[in-house]
Amino acid sequence: MSISSKDVQYIAALARIHIPPEKLDMFCAELGGILKYVEQLQKLNLDHVKPTSHAVPLTDAERLDIVRPSLDHQEALKINVEQKDGYFKVPLVIE
Amino acid sequence: MSPHCLTAHALLDLFKSSKITPQEVFEDVLARVKAVDGKVHAYIHPAQKPSFAAGAFPIPIGIKDNLCTTGEEITCGSRILKGFRPPYDAAVVEKVRRCGGLIVGIANMDEFAFGSSTESSCYGSTFNPWDLSHVPGGSSGGSAACVAADEAVWALGSDTGGSIRQPASFCGIVGMKPTYGRVSRYGLIAFASSLDQIGPLTKDVTDCALLMNIIAGYDERDSTSVNVPVPDHTKALVKDVKGMTIAVPKEAFVDGLDLEVRKAIEDAVAFLQKLGAKIKKVSLPHTPYAVAAYYIVATAEASSNLARFDGVRYGLRVSPKKVRKNALIDMIEETRSQGFGNEAKRRIMLGTYALSSGYYDAYYLRGQKVRTLIKEDFDAVFKDCDAVLTPTSPTTAFKIGEKTNDPLSMYLSDIYTIPANLAGVPALSVPCGFSKQGLPIGLQLTAKAFHEETLLRIAYTYEQNTEWHLRKPNL
Repeated sequence: MSISSKDVQYIAALARIHIPPEKLDMFCAELGGILKYVEQLQKLNLDHVKPTSHAVPLTDAERLDIVRPSLDHQEALKINVEQKDGYFKVPLVIE
Repeated sequence: MSPHCLTAHALLDLFKSSKITPQEVFEDVLARVKAVDGKVHAYIHPAQKPSFAAGAFPIPIGIKDNLCTTGEEITCGSRILKGFRPPYDAAVVEKVRRCGGLIVGIANMDEFAFGSSTESSCYGSTFNPWDLSHVPGGSSGGSAACVAADEAVWALGSDTGGSIRQPASFCGIVGMKPTYGRVSRYGLIAFASSLDQIGPLTKDVTDCALLMNIIAGYDERDSTSVNVPVPDHTKALVKDVKGMTIAVPKEAFVDGLDLEVRKAIEDAVAFLQKLGAKIKKVSLPHTPYAVAAYYIVATAEASSNLARFDGVRYGLRVSPKKVRKNALIDMIEETRSQGFGNEAKRRIMLGTYALSSGYYDAYYLRGQKVRTLIKEDFDAVFKDCDAVLTPTSPTTAFKIGEKTNDPLSMYLSDIYTIPANLAGVPALSVPCGFSKQGLPIGLQLTAKAFHEETLLRIAYTYEQNTEWHLRKPNL
């Protein structure tokens, strides 16, 4: 299956990645090649096969709802980002 | 022999008889790093000087750049995480520190573990200690190379599709991907959450068992951690394979399998048979589809996991010069476009495509169904076999730059390792020979879920009857 440069632009936008026009052909060719390889899965009859999302059968992990110490707010904010008054700072969204 | 050349178990014996101190060993390893890392480039940066606290395993260790380690910059080999200093230790790092472990440095890796050669790191390549013009494998190439070059006694890596085993094979050391759920992933920066597993890279099988004893075990902070008893892995170090049945799948001898690798594997099979193992020819009929299924499932999970890198909370933030859509979205796009390398962009887009409306059934659902078939193949073989034996990789280490422009050919170097991740079962690579060019060859053993001991026993028996693991690269 081939993939058009329009498709690449569409999925790049979904993934919030900007692909400059001069790189579109490269990504088209590479993604197209991988999708062509993946095409072989279409040969298998999978009508009655159940999907596996996790190899180990696990259901929801639960624990007792008890308050206990966790990562301190100030500690958590020590990572290298712009911040103000104990919050992450982002560009102005609403005027 | 200099202390940096020794295994952890040999060093522990020396500590017991007070022949050397952990400080002296650590200094010796640091001197080794200073002497050879300019050539190998296994480490991204040295770690903070350790405190030499008391503990049962004061062994110098290399830590992959995707395991949260307080006091260190941890970046997954990516520009997008530059400057990120984790506020907590990953569960495995915490366990290593609690045992007195001495972190030497943060080991290089393919960006976000996307690769099989450690060439996609934003810090540049790591080089194979056996031949510096070749790759060390990947994505845990730094972890494998630092152990092979004696720049650490052992190391931790992560394995999503072969990222511990393939570099272990390329660098002539032992590497194990434990059963999914055996080792806590708390603090491992996620690539594909249903496939990722942390594991040891060591100089021999005994060290692999020792490091497993340190890192294995249930952890409620990882909701996929499995609460089952952890054995003493060193009890599995039995030099005897009599009565064990080892399966050799016919699919292992594919086109593209290097002739020297093929010969080394055939010799190893014959040798294990001579040592008393029963060899059974089997078929894992769906394994030829594993790479295709993997590149749907793994990229789909990666595209979702990597959505968190948006310039808001971690590492890099780039503000665009002019507004395209709106200030926030522009910042996110600009940060991701400049922060991720080409392979990361490729995988994120592939995963986004597989999950997008109209393609979900054709790709992601299909990938998950093939995963079921691959798991069932293993289940059938493990009914009457203890382990499956294959090459770890179809070739020895390839040349730097050989596959960087051909992503598909790079993906196919994981053809033997991917099935174990899809099925969640444990697998180990142990050295089994060298090519005429002097590059290491590894054999892979795979066992039933939570049967790491079976792998250790077969690998130990093989290792103790051969001398491949004793060879050292000439640096």
